[in-house]
Amino acid sequence: MIEIDSVSKVFGSGATAFTALNDVSVTIRENEFFTLLGPSGCGKTTLLRTIAGFNAPSSGSVRLDGEDLVALPPYKRPVNTVFQNYALFPHMTVAENIGFGLDMLNRPKSEIKATVAEMLELVQMTPMADRRTSEISGGQQQRVALARALAPRPKVLLLDEPLSALDYKLRKGMQVELKRLQNETGITFVFVTHDQEEALSMSDRIAVMSNSRILQVGSPHDIYDHPAERFVAEFIGETNFLTGKIAGQEGETLRVALDVGGEIIARQPPGDPAGQAVTVAVRPEHAHFCAPDSAEATVTGEVSNVVYLGTDTHFHLVLSDGTPFALRLQNTPERAADAKLGDRVGIRVAPGVAQVLRD
Amino acid sequence: MANATHRPSFTERHSQWVLLAPALTLLCVAAFGPLFIVAIYSFLTPGDYGGVVWKFSTEAWFNVFAERDIFDETIGFADAHLAIFWRSLRLALITTVVAFLFGFPTAYFIATRPAHQRNLWMLLIMVPFWTNLLIRTFAIMELIRNEGVVNTLLMGLGIINEPIQMLYTDFAIMVGMLYVYLPLMVLPIYASLERFDFSLVEAGYDLYANRLKVLRKVILPVTRPGIVAGSILVLIPALGAYVTPRVLGGGKRMMLGNLIELQFGQGRNWPLGAALAMLLLLIVMATMVFYVRAAGREGGGHG
Ligand SMILES: Nc1ncnc2c1ncn2[C@@H]1O[C@H](COP(=O)(O)OP(=O)(O)OP(=O)(O)O)[C@@H](O)[C@H]1O
Ligand SMILES: [Mg+2]
Repeated sequence: MIEIDSVSKVFGSGATAFTALNDVSVTIRENEFFTLLGPSGCGKTTLLRTIAGFNAPSSGSVRLDGEDLVALPPYKRPVNTVFQNYALFPHMTVAENIGFGLDMLNRPKSEIKATVAEMLELVQMTPMADRRTSEISGGQQQRVALARALAPRPKVLLLDEPLSALDYKLRKGMQVELKRLQNETGITFVFVTHDQEEALSMSDRIAVMSNSRILQVGSPHDIYDHPAERFVAEFIGETNFLTGKIAGQEGETLRVALDVGGEIIARQPPGDPAGQAVTVAVRPEHAHFCAPDSAEATVTGEVSNVVYLGTDTHFHLVLSDGTPFALRLQNTPERAADAKLGDRVGIRVAPGVAQVLRD
Repeated sequence: MANATHRPSFTERHSQWVLLAPALTLLCVAAFGPLFIVAIYSFLTPGDYGGVVWKFSTEAWFNVFAERDIFDETIGFADAHLAIFWRSLRLALITTVVAFLFGFPTAYFIATRPAHQRNLWMLLIMVPFWTNLLIRTFAIMELIRNEGVVNTLLMGLGIINEPIQMLYTDFAIMVGMLYVYLPLMVLPIYASLERFDFSLVEAGYDLYANRLKVLRKVILPVTRPGIVAGSILVLIPALGAYVTPRVLGGGKRMMLGNLIELQFGQGRNWPLGAALAMLLLLIVMATMVFYVRAAGREGGGHG
């Protein structure tokens, strides 16, 4: 278990000071596939490097299984990194690279040899064991980097966008491989990506970061269906935003009177919304068509564009006050064409499906 | 008829030799011509007032290693020569090692500065190069002579009572050569450190290597080509050094360069001088072959 407690990191000083991590707190559980997701420059690598020990936090603490990590140099932390650029040793063979960590830990030669062979097998690099790292492809280098980091059996494996350089097919294969490794080894994986699809499909939990902060931590399901903030909703998937005012509370849900007219019953955000005026997020696939201006219609609008996407059809609508709204329906043989360009349609959002945002 | 479709690529054609001919001719004449003359002279007989007499003799080569007693004609080792060979080799090797010990950290320091500062630091390393060698050597002399800066300072501070005799010792020659050749060590090491990917250091730390191990197992092996180049650049001129031992070693502490000069000058024994020069060439070549082999073996052929 990694406990990151109010960690801040400031680079530089005075006028050029830059806060790369701003009061970040998160707990990563044992044997979890934990993903840091966020746009470029939001501080993902900085947080990873803080766990690895390459930069000391300006304030706050990092603990691993209760032990304070901040005081330990990187070479004393039971944490290994798969670097974004692999950082393989060019003067060593593939096998020597993989055995380096164990060698530095002064493990017996026989054990090193056995583990290296096992790792080579695992990443399917056995035939290339004696090649130099400059003589193998990018995807193979990536696998060697992974094997090198895994060989000493760390408690935590940090992966900094390890798949970003791979082509689509290899990437899909490695995603499956990483998940399998994490299950088999019991190692905690902290994975950095800015690919939302990758994050959703692989993670046990995701932390969405923006502007040096963690905005929300939750399961992929949580993050997708119940984004806490506008940024999270926008960053992951497509979302409609409707503004309104809180009209009442019913258990876990809030009744919101929409500015465009009508009412919606939506989930309360974690933490109270900032004021009476709120934004409600509705996923395109959570809305359905109904008769316009009927009792079940949450809002009413006009179809401005229809895009057929094979599995789905994507409808672009314009609400009565001009707000755009996207609606996505799965294409099934039973489903008749629901709406045509220029139709006036009602849009129904089932109670408790939409999400009120915190900000 | 597979051959019918084979067309020699541009680099395979004979025309390249035609194009290269002027440069090659110049190179052969300029590089091997003088060497050839020296080699021939070493097998001739010395003239009475310098120069050579065109009469074949192996006397010069004999005199390189051995000497006849003037009175009873017994043959013994040329102890004086052997001492000079040994001093040359020893001082050159020590200078190379010390230059590495100073040069590597210097190059490392510069390579880890922010990019815009590095050129300034390199400039500072190069500045002494723009001053005349003789003047720099006399400056070193001013530093280490008995009434020089170092001794005056130490005596002023009461650390020593008598001046330390540094001038006209092997130490003085070594310091002088170190000062003169250090940039030649720093430059190639800096070049390979500048290309060095410092994320490899982090990878080393990450994989449980402490600072010393990262240096030994990662930084030194990866920058080996620069270290080898720097060592050769220092070792070769140090073996043949002439001005530095002359000024700082006094007349007695000769190195090979001085011995050779003596034969062409006062000694009036050009064939012996030529033979000694050829010997220096052989020593340099042997040392280099030995060194490159040793460095290459451990590096496993990288770089
Ligand atoms: N050594 C440093 N000195 C100054 N600023 C830095 C330093 N390292 C990172 N930063 C800044 O901190 C911010 C966060 O950087 P970080 O590398 O953590 O981003 P990231 O989320 O990993 O982005 P990416 O997805 O592009 O890799 C960036 O704005 C970056 O410019
Ligand atoms: Mg990054």
